[in-house]
Formats: sequence, C-alpha cells, structure tokens
Amino acid sequence: MSGGSSLMDSIFQRSLEDLIKSVRLHLPGGEPTVISKALEEIRREIRSTDLTTKAEALQKLTYLHSLHHADMSWAAFHAVELSSSAFLPHKRAAYLAASISFRPSTDVLLLLTNQLRKDLNSTNHLEGSLALECLSVICTPDLARDLTPDLFTMLGSSKNLVRKKAIATSLRVFSQYSDAVRVCFKRLVENLESGDVQTVSATVGVFCELALKEPRAYMPLAPEFYRILVDSRNNWVLIKVLKVFAKLAALEPRLAKKVVEPICEHMRRSGAKSLVFECIRTILSSLSEYESAVKLAVAKVREFLVDDDQNLRYLGLQALSLVDLKHLWAVLENKEVVIRSLSDADPNIKLEALQLVMAMVSEDNVTEICRVLITYALKADPEFCNEILGFILSACSRNVYEVIIDFDWYVSLLGEISRIPHCKKGEEIENQLTDIGMRVEDVRPELVHVGRNLLIDPALLGNPFIHRILCGAAWVSGEYVQFSTNPLELMEALLQPRTNLLPPSIRAVYIQSAFKVLTFCLNVAFLPNEAAYSSSSCPINEYSASPSFAGHESLTDCEQDEFLNLRVLSQSVKAPSVKNGGDTAVNHVKTSASLPLRNDILTQKSADKMFTLVKTALAPLVGSHEVEIHERVCNILGLLELTQNEMTGCFSREKGNFETEELKAYETIKMMRNAFSEEIGPVAVSARDRVPIPEGLVLEENLHNLETICGDVQFPISSSFFLGRPHSGERDGVSFFNRPIIEVSESSNESTLLTEHRKRHGLYYLPSDKKEVVSCEYPPPNDPKVQDDITDDAEDLVKLTEQSLVRKKKPSQAKPRPVVLKLDEGDEISVAAEKPESKDDMVSGAVRELLFGSDAIPPSTQINSSDKLSSKRSGKVSEVNENVGNVRKSEHRTPSSRKSKHHCHGKERESRSSEKNIELREENGQSNKQKSGHRHGRHKARQRADGIANVVSQTPVIPDFLL
Amino acid sequence: MGIRFILMVNKQGQTRLAQYFEYLTIDQRRALEGEIVRKCLARNEQQCSFVEHRNYKIVYRRYASLFFLVGVDNEENELAILEFIHLLVETMDRHFGNVCELDIMFHLEKAHFMLEEMVMNGCIVETSKSNILAPIQLMDKAS
Repeated sequence: MSGGSSLMDSIFQRSLEDLIKSVRLHLPGGEPTVISKALEEIRREIRSTDLTTKAEALQKLTYLHSLHHADMSWAAFHAVELSSSAFLPHKRAAYLAASISFRPSTDVLLLLTNQLRKDLNSTNHLEGSLALECLSVICTPDLARDLTPDLFTMLGSSKNLVRKKAIATSLRVFSQYSDAVRVCFKRLVENLESGDVQTVSATVGVFCELALKEPRAYMPLAPEFYRILVDSRNNWVLIKVLKVFAKLAALEPRLAKKVVEPICEHMRRSGAKSLVFECIRTILSSLSEYESAVKLAVAKVREFLVDDDQNLRYLGLQALSLVDLKHLWAVLENKEVVIRSLSDADPNIKLEALQLVMAMVSEDNVTEICRVLITYALKADPEFCNEILGFILSACSRNVYEVIIDFDWYVSLLGEISRIPHCKKGEEIENQLTDIGMRVEDVRPELVHVGRNLLIDPALLGNPFIHRILCGAAWVSGEYVQFSTNPLELMEALLQPRTNLLPPSIRAVYIQSAFKVLTFCLNVAFLPNEAAYSSSSCPINEYSASPSFAGHESLTDCEQDEFLNLRVLSQSVKAPSVKNGGDTAVNHVKTSASLPLRNDILTQKSADKMFTLVKTALAPLVGSHEVEIHERVCNILGLLELTQNEMTGCFSREKGNFETEELKAYETIKMMRNAFSEEIGPVAVSARDRVPIPEGLVLEENLHNLETICGDVQFPISSSFFLGRPHSGERDGVSFFNRPIIEVSESSNESTLLTEHRKRHGLYYLPSDKKEVVSCEYPPPNDPKVQDDITDDAEDLVKLTEQSLVRKKKPSQAKPRPVVLKLDEGDEISVAAEKPESKDDMVSGAVRELLFGSDAIPPSTQINSSDKLSSKRSGKVSEVNENVGNVRKSEHRTPSSRKSKHHCHGKERESRSSEKNIELREENGQSNKQKSGHRHGRHKARQRADGIANVVSQTPVIPDFLL
Repeated sequence: MGIRFILMVNKQGQTRLAQYFEYLTIDQRRALEGEIVRKCLARNEQQCSFVEHRNYKIVYRRYASLFFLVGVDNEENELAILEFIHLLVETMDRHFGNVCELDIMFHLEKAHFMLEEMVMNGCIVETSKSNILAPIQLMDKAS
C-alpha cells in the first residue's frame, strides 16, 4: 500500500457515525449492498499505518459484525495489532473487537498473550480492567495457563475495581485450566472476607457457579457463607449465597438446621421480592423437612399467586411446582388459584398451572381433573388445547397407566379427546389405544366399542390429524373383532368410500382389519359350535395357565357371562339392530333362548352382502401402486374367492346337515382364525437385544455377493400368498419366528426351489431352531409372571395411597382395577449414565484437594499423606516465621482426626471451633505476609504454579464446617 | 455462568446490541436472535416477562421502543435479572440523559463498555451506577 492512498484513506475515511447513518438510510433491500461496500472500505482502511484510521475501521467492523452479522474473523490480527496502542480508546476498541469476534480457534490468539500480560500488570487500572474483560471472554487453556500468575497478582490488588474483575475472570480461567485453582483459590477465599461489597459479591458469584457444579467440594467454606448470610444486607450477594446453601444444605442436614432460621428471617424481613423468592425457592427445594419454614414459604407463595403482577404469579406457580410430594397440601390449598390460572392471559402461566394440575393427579381424582381439563381444552386456543391434551395423555399413561383404575372410562375419554376439533395428538392416542388393547384384557369390549364409534363416522376421515387415531381404532377393531357387536357394520365402516382420504399405510391397516373381520365372520359361519369358543379361547390352548380362565373346568358366573356374551355377539351378526353393548344383559335371556338357532349366524343374505361389499370396495384397489395396499387387497380377495362358492353351497343346505370337515375352505379358515386369534402382547424395548446372535451369523460381512443371489430369485406371482401377520413384522422385528406362517396353496415345485435356494445361500438365513429363545421375549399374556405384577400393582397402589392426598383408600372400588400387563423389565429405556470426566470435575477435584486437604485420597492413605503434606507446609512456615506455635503445628498435623472428633462432640463444637478459627485466621495472616514476598515476582509465582501441586494451601482447612 | 447473553432489540426486531458470554458462531447467533425476537416480541403487556427457550430462560423488559432481553441459566433468579435490566437502563439514562435507541446505536462501544463494567463472564459484578460510569468518564477525559 502506498503512503498516498493511506493518507487519502485517513482524510476521506467515513466515521462510524457516517456508516451508521448510511446503513439506516439505505433503500429497502439495499442493506447488503451498503454493508458490502462498507466492508470493502474497511478492508482497505484497516491496513493503514495510522492508528486512528485503523481504530475507526475496526470500530466500524465491530459494529457491522455485532449488529449485521458481518464476518470479521479476517481482522483478528488487526485487533491484536491495535491492542498495543498506548492510547486508551484505541486499546478499548481493540479489546472489544477481540472479545466479540475471537473464538478458541482464532490463530492469532496467542499473539495477544504478551499484550494481555503487559496490560494486566499495568499501573493504569483502566488498562488492567480492559485486559481482564477481554480475557474473561476469550480465555483458552493456553491463555489461562500463561496468565494464571498475573491473575493471581490481581486477585490481591488494592484497587477494588480491578480485584473484583479479576475475581470474575478467575471463574473462566478455572474452567479452562484447572491447575489455576491451586494457585488462585486461597486468594479467592480471602476475598470473601473483604470489606468491599462488590468484591464479596463477585466472589460469592464465582463460588455460586462453582458450587452448582459440584457442591460437596465447597462444604468447608460453609462458615464463611453463613457469616455472609447473616451479616450481609446486599440482596445480590444474599441471593447468590442462598443458591450456594440450597446445594450445600441438601448434602448436610446439620447445616440445613443451622441456616433455616436466618433464611426465614430474611423472608420475613425483606421487602425485595427477588430475595423473598430466592428464600422460597431454597426452602421448598432444599429445606422441605422444616415444617414451619415451609409453611412460611407457602404463605409467601400465596401472596405471589394473588398479586396483580403477572411476573409474580408466574413465579408463584413455579415455586409451587417445587413443592415436595409430602407437602402436596401446599398445592391443594391453592388449588383454586391454580385452576383459575388455566385461563390466564399468558400462555406461560397457563402452562405452569397445567403442570401443577397434572402433578396433583392421583387415582382418586384423575377422572375429576380430566373432566375439568377437557372443558378447558374445548375453550382454549388450538395450541394450548393440545398442550392440555398432551398433559392428560402423558399423565394418565405414566408408569403403565398407574393412575387409571377404570379403563372403560379412560378408553372412552380417549374417544372423546379424538373428537376435540383441535386435537393433534393422533400418534399418541393411536399408541395408547393399541397399547391398552394389548395390555388390558378386560377393557377390550369397550375399546372395540369406542373404535367402532370412531370408524363409522365418515366426517372424521376428512381430518388428517385424526388419521392416526383411526388407524389405532381400525387395528383394535380388527384384532379384537370377537367383541364387536356388529361385524357387518364394522366391515362397512372399514371399507367406506371415504377411506380413500387415508394415507396408504393407514389404509393398509384398514384393509388388514377388514381381512380379520371377514375371517372372523367366516369362521363363525362355518363353525357355529366352535365359533364362540375358539375366538376367545385360543390362549387356553396355548397357555393353560390363564388367570381369568383358570377355573375353566368349573365355570363361574362371570365366565359364563363372558361365554354367553360371545354368543350374543355372534348372534347379533344376524340381528344388526342389537348394537348397543348396554343391551347385553337383556340379550342374555334372549340368547340363551335362541341358542339352538346359532347355526344360521351368517345368513345367506348378510353373507352375500358382505361379499359384495368387500368385492366392490376392494376390487378397484387390486391395481394399487402401494405395495401394502395391493398385497392386502389380493389376500382378502383371494380368501373370498376361495370360500365364496362353498359358502353358497353351505347355506343352501339344511342347517345342521352339512359336514364342515369336508369343505376345503374350512381348513383354510380355521388356520387363519387360529393365526389371528393368537394374542399379541407388548414387547419390551430391550427385547431385541436379548436375542442371542445365532452362531455362524455374520452381521458385519459385506453383502456385495447378494447381487448374484438376487439375480436368480424368481419372484412368486400372486398365485401363492403369504398370510403372516403383517403386524408382527412392524411390531417386533424378530418375533415372526414364532408366528404361524401359513402358506396357502403352495406348489410343491416352488417349495423345492425354495429349499434349494436356502441350501445354497444358507448363510443369509437365520437358523429356524431359535424358536425357543425368541418366544421368551415377552411374557405370554397368561404367564404366571402376571401374577407377580398384580402383587406389584397392589404394592404400588398402597404406596400411592399413602402419598396421595386423600389418605384413606376407599375400601372397595366399585370396579376392581383390571390386570394391566407389564413387562418385568425394559418397559423404560435405561439410559447408560456415563459421566465423562469433564473440566468441571477437574476444577472441583482441585478445589476439594485444597479445601479438604487430603480428603479426596482414599481413607487408608489419608493420614499418612496429610501428615506428609502438613509437615512440608509447617516446615515452610517455620522458615519464614519461627514463632509459629508448636501447638498449632501439631493441631495442623492431624486435620482429619480433628475433624472426625468434631463430628462426635456436637455440643462443644461452637466454642472450640471459634477458637480454632481465630487461630487459623492468624495463620492466614502470616501466610499472606509470606506470600506477599512472592507477589511482585512473577517469575517466582510461576514457579509456584509449577510446583504447586505438592504444596497444600494454607487456606483454613476449616475443620468444622457445621459452624 | 448466570447470564449467557444480553440483547437489545427494537420493536421492529432489529438487534441494537448483542453481548454473548459464551461462544456462538455467527449463524448460531443469527438463528438464536431470530427465534427469541419472534417469541418475545409477540407477547403483550399482560403477559409475564419470562420465556423459556431452548435451555435458556429469557427475562425481558420493554422500555419504549426497545426490548432488553437477557438469556440466563435455569438457576438464575428471574426477579434479580429484571432488577438488573432496570439498573442497566437507569445507568444508560444517567450517562446519555434520557437514553433512546439512537444513543445505543451511535455509542455501541460505550454501551458495551457499561455492560462490561456490570457483568463479567456472566456474573453481575457492579451494581452502583457511579462505579459503573466512573471508568467511562475517565476514558472520555483521556481521549
């Protein structure tokens, strides 16, 4: 760059003010042009040798960077350059630019080290504080390491302005370089006793941040904090100290006892809401066992809750949410305010209130609360409505529906929720519908009823948010079709024309459910005698230890009911008018009278109707491009074709006359019915991990040679179809091994091809003898384990009622809680709590080493090492001052034993510890003097830093932290 | 670290001052500012001054056309931060005399400097107005 152009730049340089004005005046949309033009100028000007020009350019760049997000990483070097200017405003501009734009990876960062050191040691405190401000933002491990000695010096500065900044900076330095703790910590602690409020404030701020991460390490400082808590009248300081105590008191009950009274005192005395709120928070979160304190805090919360200021109302609600479970009375006392807050003008307040309401939920009040919330949801705006619904769903399903006793009620509530216009919780409701269906056997009839009501409503199909719910409803209706009061109606609902509004994946579920319904009906028609039996009793065949059917041989009343029920159901196929499940009681009489007539359950007419329905609805879908739909349609039409002719024949005969066993279709239908009537249970999240990898299965190997295999695969054409359970695959990737796989009309030719193929490429198939292992993945629905769960449940209930608001449990529930199938383990995902060693840990490790002396070392070596350390130290002390009393030395020699003594002698504690504290303070004074010798020698201080690991600080190893 | 960032935004949503106490890239800053501005400026006078966003708690207050937004940790005392905002405004008021948006725009560096006197590394270190302004006045004299 020539001198001329530099001069021109200086003379004609636009000032920052000009720049700001030009940016403000730009034409709409012209901002980027203005900025890029300005940046061009800046790039030129910043290279100027004239520092004023350079500084102005850097200021402009800083402005553009921080308000217009312009890149300024390229100017890092110029900032470093300018920081060496002796002129303060230049230096200030440079440091501001550095602290705003530098990042840990900025390569010129290290060039700043020397300048920072120079300024830190400057006699001008303004320079020092500029450097500290910059360091506190851009500090990296390297900078921290190099500047720790200087920081140490500044921590003892006589100027409060500098000292408090050094204190604040030390937090940042500690986090980058944990060894700095060993050097600076003692001085930091000394600042707690400073007479200057701001210094104390900064120090407490630093300790508050440190203690939040690892409170235990700071326990020995409790006496200092206590003194501040009692003496200080500065609210900023008190708030920070309270935060520290909130952490410490949780760890040490005796400390809690000590601080609870001063905290209450502040709460009573102070007019500052911020301090009062902090006291409330501390008491409710950490001192909840002090009844009187909690009462006082709750009274204050109440004042907040009824205040006109929305901020206080919000915080009041938040404070209530901190209330411990055993003080739920506090929430209940304010129940009305909380409920009223549900209609507050502020969504945040509403949300807090909602969280509180949900925290109150127990099995006794869940119905009532849900009713209230649903009315609120209906009135609320869409967003909050969904918040409410989400909370209801998650609260009710918490811990495998532990608060739900009346599942019939809950299932119908789900149905009700689905019809709320703004409801967008489709996925969650779908999951719960299917989940409850699988887990709670007793609720299935109601579930099917709710599902049917959703499915038959054509209007719902138009709302995409409900599609997922319909999917769940369709699945339960198909899966538990034996509870349906009117399968024909169900079939119509599943195949109604508006289902074309559904996404293909859900439509596939509809069609599959229709398949199940058809199979069920055909089964009933072919096997009138067995129909009722096989539909529900399949589990009995497979697991004879069914709890509800345990007394299968001698039917109790209830079971007989169920038996009859099924017949009613079958019956109602013929009589579609009987839809209402509530009529069953009446029907029992009818049915038992009409039992002999059960053969013509599916009349010719209704069968024809169903067949036509299926055909007309599904025939157009044979050409669907969606594989899922295509395949299922082919399945169902294939089944229809297979059975239709014989059905006609069957109906034309005299009833009771035909031999079902002779019919070809009979076998097929029976097999399929068996396949479908096997229960699907919930699967543990960890189920797949428990399946051992079969021997010889190589999962890691490259599969490039698959191509050759795929090449000779002959895709079978639809003449043979495959009737696995589509859901099994979706639900649990492995369990299809134990599903009956039925290949209908398999041609022998194809099967030999298949075996040949398998033989050749056996590597890619799982061996088929793993059935045993796989079948253990989830407890079969009637497994004895369920019995355990029942007792568990009972225990849970007892526990809950103990905690619950209404202490006494109603002796007899109107309805016993049905069995909820729970997996013994793995229902919740266990998160491996791995805690990596972070920098924070290192900081607190170093702190602990300093404060506890050797406490961090295992007990066996403790005494020895502390002996060694303290002897080293006392040797050092005696070098400086021979007057150190022997008594004191020997006291110091066994800090740990003394500490333990104090734990025992609670009563003498007060007097003795105060003596000792005085002694220790004296010694502090000495060590200060001793250290002040080092203060000016940076070099020496550096040495200290290097060798410091071995030197135990003379910080009062305050033995009695319980005051 | 109690305070994570301090933003001043006018009611059109333009950032007038941004001070971060942790490192974020330009894109992260831009995104964060945009989200917060959208969230907070939409709120009305009857709504409370606290908004939760990502893992921050935003405490904000509106003075005339300018919003002061402070992002803090969850542990921080919200009311104390409100007081801090008020203190900041009073301090600026004392320095500029009836402070307005333009004062902060044209004296961005000074505004930063005041903030740095009050907050370091996310901790509030100075709460006395005269102490905060003393170094600024000294430096003004020097230049």
